Amino acid sequence: MTMDSEDILTIAADWLAAGEAVAVATVTSTWGSSPRRAGSRMAVTQSGRIAGSVSGGCIEGAVAEAAQRSIETGTPQVLDFGVTDERAWEVGLACGGKVSVFVEKLA
Amino acid sequence: MKAEHLHALQAAATQRIPVAFATRLPDGTAFILPDPAAPQALALEAATMLAADKTGMVTIGAEDWFIESRNPAPRAIIVGAVHIAQSLAPLAATMGFDVVVVDPRRAFASADRFPGVVTRTDWPDEALQALRPDARTAIITLTHDPKLDDPALIAALATDAFYIGSLGSRKTHAARLDRLREAGLTEASLARICAPVGLDIGAVTAPEIAISVIAQMVAARRGKPTRA
Repeated sequence: MTMDSEDILTIAADWLAAGEAVAVATVTSTWGSSPRRAGSRMAVTQSGRIAGSVSGGCIEGAVAEAAQRSIETGTPQVLDFGVTDERAWEVGLACGGKVSVFVEKLA
Repeated sequence: MKAEHLHALQAAATQRIPVAFATRLPDGTAFILPDPAAPQALALEAATMLAADKTGMVTIGAEDWFIESRNPAPRAIIVGAVHIAQSLAPLAATMGFDVVVVDPRRAFASADRFPGVVTRTDWPDEALQALRPDARTAIITLTHDPKLDDPALIAALATDAFYIGSLGSRKTHAARLDRLREAGLTEASLARICAPVGLDIGAVTAPEIAISVIAQMVAARRGKPTRA
């Protein structure tokens, strides 16, 4: 367990208690030089608030977009980012790592 | 993630209860283990991962599960509510440690000197017995006073603490080792004490010394040499 992921769950709980619609993104696997370990988390609200991180800052934008979709549909998603992906540069994960992220709505 | 799971995870962390949080991908079905309602194969896998403090994906039958080990936060027990402790305590808290500052001198261990920090004013050896340090605990003595540091170190060396550091110059530490030898401690035991405390980064000020101690604690926790 990492303390920072702990803080993110606390923040997510606070946001939920305040009436926000919240999604939580969790790093489930990493390969290569990915900077964040499995278990790292990011919380996103429908109103656009973001806490925590799932990478060194390179894929947070794409994950936040996916989080909005999960908040709207209620459907969880598994996202894969990596250098083998054509979108590597687009999402900014040019550091040579791969990372899988699970995104789900807090309900 | 269900709100009830979120709240149960928070409660476990607060009560320092180790749990494994298992989520099936991609549908998000989740269990907080141990849970008698969980499938047996999942329960076995989760128990193994939790014991090894591992987090990651496992395949069980045809299913993909993300299992997150959620062991209690590591602890830092700081003996001596001195100037360096005022820098070290908040820094250790930022690094994810549950921090306790121990000093029987009430004027030092006061709330206005340590806002938001858990303090105890019992004697260090009694405090350590009560706190029961485990392999996820670091113990740092900072008082410079043998009456406080020595009993704390003797108590610390009887535990599995992953890090034991003690403030003091080489000369101070040599004298301390002589006293501890007389108290019956073995060389192997005494070798566990990191002293002079901290990685050698030329630290001068209290916050700099605190950084060097934190760096050494991280090195010990991550299995790197604690001497540069």
